[in-house]
Amino acid sequence: MDLLTRARRPARRSYGGLASHLRDPARVVFLALFGLVAAGWALVAFDGGQFLTLESVVGIQQRSAALGIVAIGQTLAILAGSLDLSVAYLISLTSLVAAEIMAGQDRNAGPAIAAVLAISALVGLVNGLVITRLQVHAFIATLGVGLIIKGVVDHLYDGPAGKVPESFQLLGYSRVGPIPVSAMLWAGVAVVAWFLLSRTRLGYRIYAVGGNEEVARLSGIRTSRVIVITHVLCSFCAGIAGLLLAARLGAGAPTVGTDGGYELESIAAVVLGGTALAGGRGGVAGTVGGVLLLAVLDTLFNQLEVNSFAKDVVRGAVIVIAVAVYARRGTRRVA
Amino acid sequence: MLSMRGIGKSFLGVRVLSGVDLEVRAGEVHAVVGENGAGKSTLMKIICGVHAPDEGLIEIDGRPVSFGHPLEAQRSGIAIIHQEFNLLPERTVAENVFLGREPVRRGLVDRAAMEKATARLLDELGEGPFGPRDTVKRLPVAQQQIVEIVKALSVNARLLVMDEPSAALAEHEVELLYRLIGRLRDRGVAVVYISHRLREVFDLADRVTVLKDGARVTTLPIGEVTRDELIRLMVGRDLGTYYPPRSAGAGEVRLSLRGAGNHKLRDIDLELRAGEIVGIAGLQGSGRSELAKAIFGAEPFTTGEMTPSRPRSVREGVALGIGLVTEDRKAEGLALRQSVRDNVLLVARAVGAGNRAGNRAGVRGLLERVRLSPAHREQEVRYLSGGNQQKVVLVKWMTMAPRVLLFDEPTRGVDVGAKAAIHDLMRELANDGMAIMMISSELPELIGMSDRVVVLRDGRVAGTLPAGASEEAVMRLAAGEVT
Repeated sequence: MDLLTRARRPARRSYGGLASHLRDPARVVFLALFGLVAAGWALVAFDGGQFLTLESVVGIQQRSAALGIVAIGQTLAILAGSLDLSVAYLISLTSLVAAEIMAGQDRNAGPAIAAVLAISALVGLVNGLVITRLQVHAFIATLGVGLIIKGVVDHLYDGPAGKVPESFQLLGYSRVGPIPVSAMLWAGVAVVAWFLLSRTRLGYRIYAVGGNEEVARLSGIRTSRVIVITHVLCSFCAGIAGLLLAARLGAGAPTVGTDGGYELESIAAVVLGGTALAGGRGGVAGTVGGVLLLAVLDTLFNQLEVNSFAKDVVRGAVIVIAVAVYARRGTRRVA
Repeated sequence: MLSMRGIGKSFLGVRVLSGVDLEVRAGEVHAVVGENGAGKSTLMKIICGVHAPDEGLIEIDGRPVSFGHPLEAQRSGIAIIHQEFNLLPERTVAENVFLGREPVRRGLVDRAAMEKATARLLDELGEGPFGPRDTVKRLPVAQQQIVEIVKALSVNARLLVMDEPSAALAEHEVELLYRLIGRLRDRGVAVVYISHRLREVFDLADRVTVLKDGARVTTLPIGEVTRDELIRLMVGRDLGTYYPPRSAGAGEVRLSLRGAGNHKLRDIDLELRAGEIVGIAGLQGSGRSELAKAIFGAEPFTTGEMTPSRPRSVREGVALGIGLVTEDRKAEGLALRQSVRDNVLLVARAVGAGNRAGNRAGVRGLLERVRLSPAHREQEVRYLSGGNQQKVVLVKWMTMAPRVLLFDEPTRGVDVGAKAAIHDLMRELANDGMAIMMISSELPELIGMSDRVVVLRDGRVAGTLPAGASEEAVMRLAAGEVT
């Protein structure tokens, strides 16, 4: 071990200090988050209100949970060098599947969850296979699959349908102290994904495939399989978000996913969290930070009663600036 | 330990290798030398399982093998270090070393074991300026090479193929490479070493195999050959006859540089005259391509003078009548999915001269002049051969009737016939009064074509040699050897 530490030390020294901590985008996004909270506090206080009340903290968490879960899945897909535009449509579909199967009966919750996960897995599998086997770019492949889902859903439903039993609705609304159950679910998904990425072979392979598919292939990694599995996991996350939204609405809705703009919002959150859109760099922590940042921004604007167009302008600007900052850091590093 | 006999390989009907024998023993450094296009890379790709040979026999430790995939070669103990490294820059050293083979314990990646094993290998090599947890992209190129070598050792490679390992290294970093190779040899690893730098071949190799035009010329112990003999074996022909005759004399100065420089170049003095072909020589990284790009305005000069004027952008460069035939035609020279015609008009349309140059007769005339057969003219460029693609790039610039044309590796990846055609065209253009600057790593080509050879080293002009200078003189200037 002595050898190990001795060998490592010089490199540590040259890259140590605050600068190196700031090189990690995940840290940057959390710093920005704290900065925003502080600024928000000051602004709202100046306005004569209180920024972080119990109500608003719970609100932030609830607002983020569904997007957060989708964004975790999106993180996996993007890290592998892919992306998934079908998540919003899949969320609508799974919310309907869940509510229809439950039909207001507690005992149907189990079968409903199983059906949602099965459908999600199938959609993820189709996405992955279209990308790897048919060699269709992920953008088009998942957009196409998403439109197919939309067509089916729109044909069968023109409004909310099904009924979620009271017990399952608790998933959407109940909380333990200041922490909503939905936020716990989100945290659980995030921890599982973090564990997957940092402690399992599959995680290492996801980074390798996204970093350089050719290098991965020549190292004996079955790149297609990694991409397919990643898409299945991403769709699982969308399915879980569908369940959560069904619980909150008390029913399934054919537009719940698209109204939330989950496909693009999730990609924006992932990128805001410092994950490279091209893949191979980033992680779950940054995404969690990105989602929270967007939610805090939302809450702040609501409290300040800023009109919603200005809100979008600021959100857009934040995302663009963040990525520009990361890009600059990326290029300066070349040794 | 490795023996290859009668290896032959063709690509699309073009014979690249025929009847090549190669035998490598454990614990030896075996250099493979030859001009560009002699078949070295193809031979190495066959060793490593990237290509399967059309004919011939490969044996490892006396057992015949055939590799369908690089992994199979790896399992037989063969590893390759490419010119471009096969590393993931965003991942740590240990993660790269064990990529695709991560050790697991109870289903989870055993990071500690991975890092310990990497540290041990680094220690065995005696090179530890970095640790297993450092991110690869933060390491200098020479140290990234150590990572590649450790990666090879971690699969217990017994034969290591190194393809131009010094190409990306600075002079002082080559020392480290020497040390590493010495240690590999001590461990009984066989090293196949490919390099253009003959000095390294003499410093490192135990034996040397010379390839020429896809066939083996000879294999000799390094002690039985001199540098001059080796060059003669590699070149093996009279240079003068292969190239078009030089021009009678140079005309007016078309472009001149006085003390020009930017972040890669310093104090460049250079004159390009009408009717003259000036060759630019230098090792990789000496600033050759950067010089062309600076003159052209793609990576502009920031200091010094350039007459008629210093372009700050490509558009200004084009307006000055400067054209650049880039090194990598697929990435920088052509829109591969567009037709020949669209590619030819790329520059003309970009600067708004599309209608003038775009008349069909004009383009047809130029295509006839470069002898591009009519069948090819409406095709997408990606379907053309390397030689024909290069002709398209050339015509792209001819539509602009440039006063100065810069060529960066104009015949790389081009077969022998097309090569001669491109050489003839270049001389023809010069005779028509164009000023031509040509960069080439192939010394025979550079010397054969140039009226004058300017040698660069570390971003400066190391010296200028007259027409017909010897390869050795050029190499001596380029490598900075004092004799």
